[in-house]
Amino acid sequence: MTYLITKVKVSNGIPLVVKDSICTKGILTTAGSKILKGFVPTYDATAVRLAKKAGCKVVGKATQDEFGFGTFSTNCAFGVPKNPHDLSRSCGGSSGGVAGYVAASKSDVFGLGESTGGSISCPASFCGVVGLTPTYGLVSRYGLIDYASSLDRIGPITQTVEDAAWLLSKIARYDKQDSTSIKKSAEDYTLYCGKSIKGLKIGVPKEYMDLATKNVRDTVTLAINQLEKLGAKIVPISLKYTDLALPAYYIIALSEASTNLAKFCGMRYGLQDKLDGNFNTYFSKVRSEGFGEEAKRRILLGTFARMAGFQDKYYIKALKIRTLVIEDFQKTFKKVDVIAAPTMPIVAPKFSEIEKLSPLDQYKIDVLTVPVSLAGLPQLSVPAGFVGKMPVGLHLIANYLDEGKIIQVGDAFEQS
Amino acid sequence: MKVDRQLVKKVAAIARINLTESELAKFTDDFKDILQDFSVLSKIDTDKVVPTFCSADLQNVYRQDRVDKCLIRQKALVNTKHKENGFFKGPKTV
Repeated sequence: MTYLITKVKVSNGIPLVVKDSICTKGILTTAGSKILKGFVPTYDATAVRLAKKAGCKVVGKATQDEFGFGTFSTNCAFGVPKNPHDLSRSCGGSSGGVAGYVAASKSDVFGLGESTGGSISCPASFCGVVGLTPTYGLVSRYGLIDYASSLDRIGPITQTVEDAAWLLSKIARYDKQDSTSIKKSAEDYTLYCGKSIKGLKIGVPKEYMDLATKNVRDTVTLAINQLEKLGAKIVPISLKYTDLALPAYYIIALSEASTNLAKFCGMRYGLQDKLDGNFNTYFSKVRSEGFGEEAKRRILLGTFARMAGFQDKYYIKALKIRTLVIEDFQKTFKKVDVIAAPTMPIVAPKFSEIEKLSPLDQYKIDVLTVPVSLAGLPQLSVPAGFVGKMPVGLHLIANYLDEGKIIQVGDAFEQS
Repeated sequence: MKVDRQLVKKVAAIARINLTESELAKFTDDFKDILQDFSVLSKIDTDKVVPTFCSADLQNVYRQDRVDKCLIRQKALVNTKHKENGFFKGPKTV
């Protein structure tokens, strides 16, 4: 099972597996792409530095979709991770290697993932582990090989909610090296574990439940019933821009990705060739060799969406839809404390099923995780139960900086 | 707007990616499929809506105009084989 690109021998400390797009000093870091072959960072990402300070030791760098471009961790240059619950199925993407490794580990291990459109929640759901994506800006992005800068978030993937709360408490710090870092004092999120959820209002969006397959919906309904038994008040809600969030997300994410990936040109790090021809010929040659098929597709779509003549119709339009999505969530959080829904509409699919999906079909599987990603709200996926032998995730979403509430609800559910 | 091979070829040139004939054919089909689906956004009236570039409440970040701690030259050059006299060496620009 290929969960790790690089394995590191450590003798003691809390084992930490890190998504390969997060820089680790002295350890090969490729973001799952051939274009970063051989790149060894000379510094740690802030999240890694803080996790190490808290006693963690990096045991490996995990496989992932190239630059985070995927829902199934099948767009990987250095190995496709297989789901520990069924080796013929996907771990989910794009932090699939981290989630697969954490799920397959018999002992306690912590993971650091990264999400742009749901890349922590999705693999956590498919692999039956906990994935916590914090408010945008709560964890520094310094040292993260970026996909889409206004959407990227680093967060824990762990075996329990308390473990995720502990790791978040250690890595959530203001960092002047990230211009979008939030100035907020450190908080001990483990204090939210073990608290009653009596009286908390939990909204269940009709659109999200309707988009899930029946088996997933039934499992999540049972989980929501359990939350009610624990004293929460269940409130039916509607999030009317759910469908529109998907195209808006892809247009924004790919536009940002196409500019972020312009820096990979075979000169300063990663894949390099003989310096032949002029800069245009050389850069194009290295980029064409180094990027995989999905990376090329996304770079092209993103470049197109920002081009003169198309920018207003696609990029600016998508940014306006993002505003509507955020307003929708803000109205909802005046009525409820937490939103509960299925994390993914399906359980982890078989690789043979994924092969039959078109790129657009694959993008559409992200329908439940991209609205919250566009808004940058905190989200937590906790194992809700199984369909057959495959895990189903319960997605808990809260307002900005309300990580405590989703940890409180997630922990109460996990302990019940 | 017509989505065809010419358009995809133009986009690829801007993005500095050389496409093989089969990639060009495949990406042209994907462009048609994806852009058709995403055109649903144009049906929504957003004339009075302000675009959101970032969900965080961004403030300008200023610092004193003085040399700060940064990556030293040797470290910056450690991952490249294209270097000369302490500088990156690039392909011809003219």
